[in-house]
Amino acid sequence: MARWTPAQGRGDGKGLKHVEHITVNPWASLAYLVAGVCFILALRGLSSPATSQRGNRMGIIGMTIAVVTTLIVHIPGDSPIVDHFGPLSGHQFVQPLGLPDFIVDWGTIGLIMAAIGIGATIGIVTARRIAMTDMPQLVAAFHSLVGLAAVLVAGAAYLNPTAFGIAIDGVIFAQSRIEMGLGVAIGAITFSGSVIAFLKLNGNMGGAPILLPGRHVINLGVLAAILGLVAYFTIDQSAWVFWTITVLSFVIGFLLIVPIGGADMPVVVSMLNSYSGWAAAAMGFTLHNTAMIITGALVGSSGAILSYIMCKAMNRSFISVIAGGFGGETATAGGPAKEQRPWKRGSAEDAAFLLEQAEQVIIVPGYGMAVSQAQHALREMGDKLKAHGVRVKYAIHPVAGRMPGHMNVLLAEANVPYDDVFELEDINSEFAQTDVAFVIGANDVTNPAAKTDKTSPIYGMPVLDVGKAKTVLFIKRSMGGVGYAGVDNDVFYMDNTMMLLGDAKKMVEEIVKSLD
Amino acid sequence: MDFISILSIFVMACFVGYYVVWSVTPALHTPLMAVTNAISSVIIVGALIASAAAGIGGGGATSKWLGLLAVVLASVNIFGGFAVTARMLAMYKKKVPAGAKH
Repeated sequence: MARWTPAQGRGDGKGLKHVEHITVNPWASLAYLVAGVCFILALRGLSSPATSQRGNRMGIIGMTIAVVTTLIVHIPGDSPIVDHFGPLSGHQFVQPLGLPDFIVDWGTIGLIMAAIGIGATIGIVTARRIAMTDMPQLVAAFHSLVGLAAVLVAGAAYLNPTAFGIAIDGVIFAQSRIEMGLGVAIGAITFSGSVIAFLKLNGNMGGAPILLPGRHVINLGVLAAILGLVAYFTIDQSAWVFWTITVLSFVIGFLLIVPIGGADMPVVVSMLNSYSGWAAAAMGFTLHNTAMIITGALVGSSGAILSYIMCKAMNRSFISVIAGGFGGETATAGGPAKEQRPWKRGSAEDAAFLLEQAEQVIIVPGYGMAVSQAQHALREMGDKLKAHGVRVKYAIHPVAGRMPGHMNVLLAEANVPYDDVFELEDINSEFAQTDVAFVIGANDVTNPAAKTDKTSPIYGMPVLDVGKAKTVLFIKRSMGGVGYAGVDNDVFYMDNTMMLLGDAKKMVEEIVKSLD
Repeated sequence: MDFISILSIFVMACFVGYYVVWSVTPALHTPLMAVTNAISSVIIVGALIASAAAGIGGGGATSKWLGLLAVVLASVNIFGGFAVTARMLAMYKKKVPAGAKH
């Protein structure tokens, strides 16, 4: 951290050899640290909806500090004095402004501003236009951009290591090679994995898992090759090593996500979130940048925790999700359950009558609600019921939807107050004292087989005890389809269940009409 | 900074992340993903360094263009991520107390 003076040089007199680590401007380091702290506060703000907007602003402040600091320290320009170490310089290659003959390279500054402008326009337009139901796709797309940006930065650092202060005479430090190799690998995996996740979530690619024969052997082989090459990269910095690592990592990202089915998407999205963080952290190690390291660690642990919560909510081990294939065995799992059992069908008027008479109604939304965009109609129904003196609550299963918290956002979009919305463990005991459980577009998360049937693929998954309510109203497109797990649901055939068959949004709108 | 100092920052930040993220309410898990997405684009720092460096020689010029492309991608994420998070968070509303005017 100390300022470099020529007396400290112990190299070849050109002032190059002394640099064993990057010489960093202490003010810049301090600014990056402040940016990192802002990011911590940004996440801290999300502990409650009341402080969340302030948190987001802290994030914006942190990012502004990081970007402005970088632009000041690395102001593009040229000076006849080469390899000068000035007190103002962030890295040894930078020609500080204070030097005589320093010529600011306005062309490059213009290019950088244009690049930021293009990105900002695309980003803001997308953020304004995106439908809340498409949020999982958007997040997957954003993850892929972080991944690709990490690959590009690693590539740029490899091609021009002196600019990043990680090389002497073109020879990259061994430690930096490992960091760079890991950074490019994680970045590439994040990119190709997120692209596949995006295509699956966006419906461009079937949600069903695609299983290659011998995929575990192939995956392990490719992973081993990547790690081997990263190790080899420390003794040979040839271009082929670097680019082979990159290409193999793109391939493994693709191979890892392709076999994972639609129901596991909440885990996949969280996992890729985590990877994008680790990619940023690895690049932070390469650049010795505190802001990147802190952020990478935060995002990495955030994604890892979300993956853990999602896995627990499905009673699936992380390894089995990665191994893939969930939701592919519909035919076998659904086989014996296909017997014809009696069930009751109700109309919107019947449902409206039951809802009006109730003291308390718990609404259980699932992915089906998102697909048919029924959240606004649902809130209208809730308002009508409240006007009739009915207590209305919402019960959210952690894996309802395609990403963590997906249902909460959709309900918030429809102006449902967040204090009416409860998590599984907070509300599950209330079903027994509830008159009507109103299930809309959710299936597996209400299936009692998860508790009783040891052979069921969803056995052990925590479920909402909708069957304990006096009456269950179950909105479903048809009796033919089963949930993603491919398991029949006993709730359909219970005496106190009334099936409301049809499109979720239309059905709710009809109920609203009947409530008048 | 030597490797051990950097590693220390990293490990400590992992712990901070662990505790901070567990305190995030599950209702805000989607905005959490959107905002972590935005902040992980702090990788733009590396992209800016590459873009700003004098593009001398073959590798240098390519490096500069890779950096500029990375600046575009990271900017999409930063602006898009924060904007979409702000949009989502603005939707979370408390229950209006009975009798209060809208």
